[in-house]
Amino acid sequence: MNKYITAPITKENREALRAGDYVYLSGTIYTARDAAHKRMQESLERGETLPFDVNDNIIYYMGPSPAREGRPIGSAGPTTASRMDKYTPRLLDMGLAGMIGKGKRSDQVLHSIAANGAVYFAAVGGAGALLSKSIVSSEVVAYEDLGTEAIRRLEVKDFPVIVVIDSEGNNLYETAVKPIAD
Amino acid sequence: MRTVLVNEVTKRIREMCIEANHFLAPDMDRAMKDAVQSERSDLGKRILCQLQENLKIAREDMIPVCQDTGMAVIFAEIGQEVHFEGGNLEDAIQEGVRQGYTDGYLRKSVVKDPLIRENTKDNTPAVIYYEIVPGDEVKLTVAPKGFGSENMSRVFMLKPADGIEGVKDAVLTAVKDAGPNACPPMVVGVGIGGTFEKCALLAKKALTRPVNIRSRIPYVKELEEELYEKLNRLGIGPGGLGGSTTVLAVNINTYPTHIAGLPVAVNICCHVNRHAERVI
Repeated sequence: MNKYITAPITKENREALRAGDYVYLSGTIYTARDAAHKRMQESLERGETLPFDVNDNIIYYMGPSPAREGRPIGSAGPTTASRMDKYTPRLLDMGLAGMIGKGKRSDQVLHSIAANGAVYFAAVGGAGALLSKSIVSSEVVAYEDLGTEAIRRLEVKDFPVIVVIDSEGNNLYETAVKPIAD
Repeated sequence: MRTVLVNEVTKRIREMCIEANHFLAPDMDRAMKDAVQSERSDLGKRILCQLQENLKIAREDMIPVCQDTGMAVIFAEIGQEVHFEGGNLEDAIQEGVRQGYTDGYLRKSVVKDPLIRENTKDNTPAVIYYEIVPGDEVKLTVAPKGFGSENMSRVFMLKPADGIEGVKDAVLTAVKDAGPNACPPMVVGVGIGGTFEKCALLAKKALTRPVNIRSRIPYVKELEEELYEKLNRLGIGPGGLGGSTTVLAVNINTYPTHIAGLPVAVNICCHVNRHAERVI
């Protein structure tokens, strides 16, 4: 089913999403990948606040290629989500609405998504040129020294994603893959 | 002796880094188009159509096909009659990578140390393999390798008694475990034989062989075809969301090995299987 929704995503709106929904996302999302997650975790351990309020927000696991002149961003597809599994439950407990990435999540993340009424979307891996066309603007908000791994605030318009894990813990990677008979 | 100036090497490497990241080689382009026709799942077809659109945008607007423009892997086959002038060959190759990734707006994804992890900011160093071959030419291959799929690659040190069934199980296991993480449809490079590191290199090099060309060794060709069928029956599909297109090809390279061993390496590549070649 095709759905059009706006980020930040309220709990009520994300609970209406079902694994397998094809979603066009508009609004504001934040990028963070390996190094930014490590720093956010360290900040939390020191009792500091995060560079952005995670509540109802979406983190996109993505590190773009450099933008050419006059463009908001370079190629901008998802990176493998499982590398962030270690950090994710804590962010979900703090109110993070969900994540966009690609690939499997740990059982711990799956349970945390269900417990918090969150959502895990997949964007198509290796479609960075296409996905960049749905990004209207990009601004570094923290950790600029990390280069491509800095935290960016993105404005997106009809950014195409697929609900893989929904707020009930349904997992499309488990249900959609069926062996094909000879 | 034939003299080759190293700045010619720099120039070629630079242009191949940019080319490989924006244009798929003709064999891959064909395979991606064919997959749209043969895919049985509706969602799978939709994803493959997105990937067609992605390739079109990449070449028309000069946006890298994937934001992970890879760590540059370079194969340099150097004719033994060649004499290099104008500097150090290794430096010339690294300079080509530096220029290609900087001038081509490619992502800088390399860290100086695997544990300290500070970005080198120009995507160097590349991983370079030199081979001395007969003749007076230099053949350069640039294969930028993304790490979503690299991370799902495996080496299996099988026993000789495991035989061909053991090899099939190893490849099936690696692809099944890779699933959606490796950005399917994948290209599977397999190395069989040699030593621990040799089989990994065979697998890496297998990925640079066009996907429409099968091994010249009859039993290896049959194994490639059988694994292609078996892997596509796993049902992983485009994006790992189900379907009949899980792999675009299985390319296998073999090498003699020790009486006690059967090393097998499975180097997985996503559908952005990049390779460019130049002969100087």
